[in-house]
Amino acid sequence: MTTTPAPFLTLRDLRVQFPTDDGVVKAVDGLSLALPRGRTLGIVGESGSGKSVTGLAVLGLHDPRSTRISGSILLDGQELTTAPEPALEKLRGARMAMVFQDSLTALSPYYTVGRQIAEPFRKHTGASRRDARLRAVEMLGKVGIPNPARRVDDYPHQFSGGMRQRAMIAMALVCDPELLIADEPTTALDVTVQAQILDLLGDLQRQTGSAIVLITHDLGVVAGTVDDLLVMYAGRAVEYGPVGDVLGAPRHPYTWGLLSSVPRLTSDVTKPLSPVPGAPPSLLDPPPGCPFHPRCAYTERVGGDRCRTERPELPEGRGAACHLGPERARALFGGARRTGTGGDRP
Amino acid sequence: MLRFLVRRVLGAAVIVLLISAITFFLFFALPSQPALMSCGKNCTPDALAVINRNLGLDEPVPVQYWHYVVGVFAGRDLTVGHCPAPCLGYSFSNQQPVWDTIMDRFPTTLSITLGAAAVFLVAGVGLGMIAAAFRGTWVDKVVSSLSLLGHSLQVYFLGVVALAVLVSGLHWLDNPEYHPITEDPVKWFTGMIIPWLVLSVIFVANYTRMTRSQMVEQLAEDHVRAARAKGLRRRTVFFRYAWRGAMTPIVTLFGIDLGSLFGGAIITETTFSLHGLGRLAVTSVSETDLPTLMAVMLVGCTAIVVANIVVDAAYAVIDPRVRLA
Repeated sequence: MTTTPAPFLTLRDLRVQFPTDDGVVKAVDGLSLALPRGRTLGIVGESGSGKSVTGLAVLGLHDPRSTRISGSILLDGQELTTAPEPALEKLRGARMAMVFQDSLTALSPYYTVGRQIAEPFRKHTGASRRDARLRAVEMLGKVGIPNPARRVDDYPHQFSGGMRQRAMIAMALVCDPELLIADEPTTALDVTVQAQILDLLGDLQRQTGSAIVLITHDLGVVAGTVDDLLVMYAGRAVEYGPVGDVLGAPRHPYTWGLLSSVPRLTSDVTKPLSPVPGAPPSLLDPPPGCPFHPRCAYTERVGGDRCRTERPELPEGRGAACHLGPERARALFGGARRTGTGGDRP
Repeated sequence: MLRFLVRRVLGAAVIVLLISAITFFLFFALPSQPALMSCGKNCTPDALAVINRNLGLDEPVPVQYWHYVVGVFAGRDLTVGHCPAPCLGYSFSNQQPVWDTIMDRFPTTLSITLGAAAVFLVAGVGLGMIAAAFRGTWVDKVVSSLSLLGHSLQVYFLGVVALAVLVSGLHWLDNPEYHPITEDPVKWFTGMIIPWLVLSVIFVANYTRMTRSQMVEQLAEDHVRAARAKGLRRRTVFFRYAWRGAMTPIVTLFGIDLGSLFGGAIITETTFSLHGLGRLAVTSVSETDLPTLMAVMLVGCTAIVVANIVVDAAYAVIDPRVRLA
């Protein structure tokens, strides 16, 4: 592993909780990570594992009246959890931006694509209407929309799904943000367009050197795209490390389970896939000890009541939060599973 | 847009024609004797027959309807003299052509409707937006409770209370009365304030609740959150993104309410003794004045049909996804 440059985004023990009538939903429960400029972090996990909640928390988009956030979010050294709203507004769209999953609902149907792209540029740079429009045309061209000077005046419903997602990326990148959080940016798209969008994100990152957080539940997407991978379960990091290590030699039974549930071209199609048994735990009342233990097949090997009573932590913020430990994990899952496109990108 | 308008106006004409035909035939199915009106006290069957012939009432109903329709466009000769187009018939109870009565009453209805609509639209949408902006706080609870209260009030109750307090009690205002705006704008305004406010109350409640729920729904939309993610201020997002989306159903509701109010606000007019189309409808029913009743119904349904066209056109302006064709 090369020496990592100073992180641009740092989360320390981030907790996001939603108090409800039935109790407190612990959507993110003590998450720490560090992401330097120019690198891409993938966050994977099932629905409700806290991926999107984490992304929204970084931008400060949770409703403060219904959300409790504690811990620390540092953007280039600046604490965001306690930052006042106007300061966050200056950062959003300018230094940190977000791409949402469903471009049909994330773009307003009432305004032209060009206007929606130009809007943050005008706000953050004070550019004139004319210049902002030129910038919108430039951005549309950059994300690969053909004939951008004409399409800039189209409404979102006149764009195809892939073009809308490109337009949304243009909207997020219009001020050259140093941090881009892409929340399932390709989930709603078909496979060929998915690849184009991922390539586009990679190209733009090489040009601007920004840090990218790619939130997805699709392991195929992260394999060829990200540098580091964080696997989330029940609001916690269960495994975190360079993508090649995590996918090539998973050390957590949950990561192993996720990998085993992915259909592969090389696998025997007559054999059924092995999904992770059970369902994600309630975030209102998570299981004691390791939150994964009710679905885990290896609690016996750990022995005793350890998995049910003692919560495993990530050793030094990296590796796997599992009582099995790296040795036994390697023996159980090690190296057996090679990912088709896995490994660190050069 | 032009094609849309032509198509819709033609369609509207067909609808109005159909409604007028149905109304016409329904009225003739009623056991009424229009000729009795002008026959006097000592009416003999012979005299009645003469009048029936003079009024054309001895002809088959479809022929009478044909004369009626022709009269609307070309005018017609009646026993009382020539009735110029648009001729909606002659009312014996009012001793004048129906069109003149309508033109006499319509400005009152127009004033009540437009004034009240302005009040309830501004107040209702405004309060609804305030409630949505302060959702869950005491402001929201107060506005929501008040709108529920307003919704349960009735014009004939609130109107009498308003008269008792504002007119008889505090002497702030005179009894409501219609003065043409062309003659005295100030009197027109002061004479209409109480009816406007009272008629608005029920509508305000409706629009407040509708606006609030629409805004709350819109504020939870992805594109509103995405707009916040761009660094736009909460206020900008509220007005520019959420409000725009919330307005579409409000415009629909408004168009339909406006249309039905143009047909006359019967209870309001009766409560405040204003002579609009609503009261005209009531008196023409009690006097079996069929030509007038028919005309009031025609005005009412034309207003609703026109309001619908305007709403659809407004839709296309508000929402670029809507194509007019």
